Amino acid sequence: MKTNALLGWLLVGISSQVGAEFSGNVAVEAFLFAEQGQFQYQFEDNLTLSFQPKWSGEWNDGDDIWSAEFFLRADDKDDERNHADIRELMWLHLQGDNEWRVGINTMFWGVTESQHLVDVINQIDQVEGIDGEDKLGQPMLHLKHYEDWGVLDFLILPGFRERTFQAVEGRPRTTLVVDGDAAIYQSSEEDEHVDYAMRYSHTIDELDFGISWFKGTNRDPEYRISGGTVLIPYYVQMTQIGIDAQLIDEDWTWKLEMIHRDTDAISYEAVTAGFEYSFYGIYETDIDLGTLVEYSHDNRPEGQRGIFDRDLFFGARLAFNDVQSTELLAGMVYDTEKQSQSYRLEGNRRLGDSWKATIEAQVFSHIDASDILLAFEDDDYLLLELARFF
Amino acid sequence: MPKILTPSNQTRIYLFCSFIVFGLSAFPASAQTAEQKGLDIAKAAQAYDEGFGDFTADMVMTLKTRKGDTSTRNIRIRTLEVQGDGDKSLSIFDEPNDVKGTAMLTYSHGLEPDDQWLYLPALKKVKRINSRNKSGPFMGSTFAFEDLSSQEVEKYTYKLIGEESCGDWQCFVTERVPAYKHSGYTRQVAWIDKEGYRMMKVEYYDRKKALLKTLTTDSFQQYLGHYWRPSTMDMINHQNGKSTRLEWKNYQFQTGLSDRDFRSQALKRLK
Repeated sequence: MKTNALLGWLLVGISSQVGAEFSGNVAVEAFLFAEQGQFQYQFEDNLTLSFQPKWSGEWNDGDDIWSAEFFLRADDKDDERNHADIRELMWLHLQGDNEWRVGINTMFWGVTESQHLVDVINQIDQVEGIDGEDKLGQPMLHLKHYEDWGVLDFLILPGFRERTFQAVEGRPRTTLVVDGDAAIYQSSEEDEHVDYAMRYSHTIDELDFGISWFKGTNRDPEYRISGGTVLIPYYVQMTQIGIDAQLIDEDWTWKLEMIHRDTDAISYEAVTAGFEYSFYGIYETDIDLGTLVEYSHDNRPEGQRGIFDRDLFFGARLAFNDVQSTELLAGMVYDTEKQSQSYRLEGNRRLGDSWKATIEAQVFSHIDASDILLAFEDDDYLLLELARFF
Repeated sequence: MPKILTPSNQTRIYLFCSFIVFGLSAFPASAQTAEQKGLDIAKAAQAYDEGFGDFTADMVMTLKTRKGDTSTRNIRIRTLEVQGDGDKSLSIFDEPNDVKGTAMLTYSHGLEPDDQWLYLPALKKVKRINSRNKSGPFMGSTFAFEDLSSQEVEKYTYKLIGEESCGDWQCFVTERVPAYKHSGYTRQVAWIDKEGYRMMKVEYYDRKKALLKTLTTDSFQQYLGHYWRPSTMDMINHQNGKSTRLEWKNYQFQTGLSDRDFRSQALKRLK
């Protein structure tokens, strides 16, 4: 924690010296659980601090841009969550129809709401959230090339980032604690394996789509039991072809993500598809309501599948369109085979000019004894965050 | 035996026909319908503004509640003129701080729905958004998306309903009925000055045909010796007492922007 704070002030100091654009936020987060943890040592509630500073600058009339973004979390109770990461530290060079990027970057591919199948470039910063939207910075050499017939992305990804896992005190976590540092690899090059990715994407009228290819270390590990007490992540090599598409038709927005993934042990397909239907200005107010339905399918054999294997997602998104930009997203995931259900609520609202309050609640109910989510059964939580932006 | 045509009838018809023919050729303007005149004014206004190429400007948006509480948004605007279609436009948000780095890209298209993308810096994600919600408020203000979008001639049907002085100028008063789908308005009344086609004032009537909002523009500056742009725009909502002021600063024309600067995937690199 002390190193984090020290690093933070050091960064602020540096930025004031080089005269770059500075922005970011500081946030305090309260994690409140409804029940005691299932497992020994798990905390009951937690109060933590995070700091996310960003800098950027340009030269050569804006043809060269550098940018940096760091993330620091000070967590007294879960030592694995007490961490820092470089989300971005990059040099971007514009050259006609090419954009060259060298350094550490975070990117997002895909369109669906309930899970992100196609988005495989960055490792997940899992201690920051189970929705996969917090990601660790990935070292890369990235060329984006524009043509009239679409956009091509070429990525060389040297250096692998290991997923973060909660400590024994952390919540929610798997039954056996994962020892992320003890990770093992299929490739003898371990975390130095160089991965490659490409993507073609294009917009045709109301349709946006992308076709992507990735060859390298799967960011999503398998697990091996070690000594009967801990899980060890096992990162295998994979080749993945992904398709993502979104089509807007009047009030409907149709979304699709599909992957075909090949590893030595298994070759399989997974899909998430659905729609968002929007009602604008409901009941003669300024409030917009979006209703979301998505279905996920994974054709691996039982026992080897992910969480979203035969799952339906229902969601409602409310945008109040008020001065405070109040938003609310409520979602429910229903496992059509095991009947497990989990509910999630996310909301946020600006307070004054520079503050923002966020609420997040998650409820796991009717979790089937064979479901992966069983370990989270007693981890219904309420998360409150107050952030100051600058 | 019924008289189909008496000599007097024939004379009258002849006179009537000749009046039309004579009238159309000798006094074209006076025989034009109010609709035709309204359309001609809209076309002339569009023609007057053609050829600006591109511009950049800074916009300060101040939202005011009925009680007088205010909040501010700072947005940088970049617009590229597109021949034969609606303009391309970029809005980059600098304030409030929590939306800093958010950017919105719009390709507007007359009657067809606009193409719109949003860049969300927190997720580092470019998201195509549904532009069908034209009547929704922009950033919690009294401006709706449709009030700020590119004003193509075909977006409305027109009618000239009068001419009167407006401040120091003489104005056409035209009525515009949105021809695009999903508008929040049944009609608008616009005051346009005869000299530089400056939009001085617009009244917006809601779906119940009641007066909803009034836009007044002020402090016009002329750029490149031709193009007029207002320095302030005030939009008052008469029904809820809220108002929004837009202040435009640092207008620069023909800055060399091109299609390259208006690509959806280039939103990520904006700083």
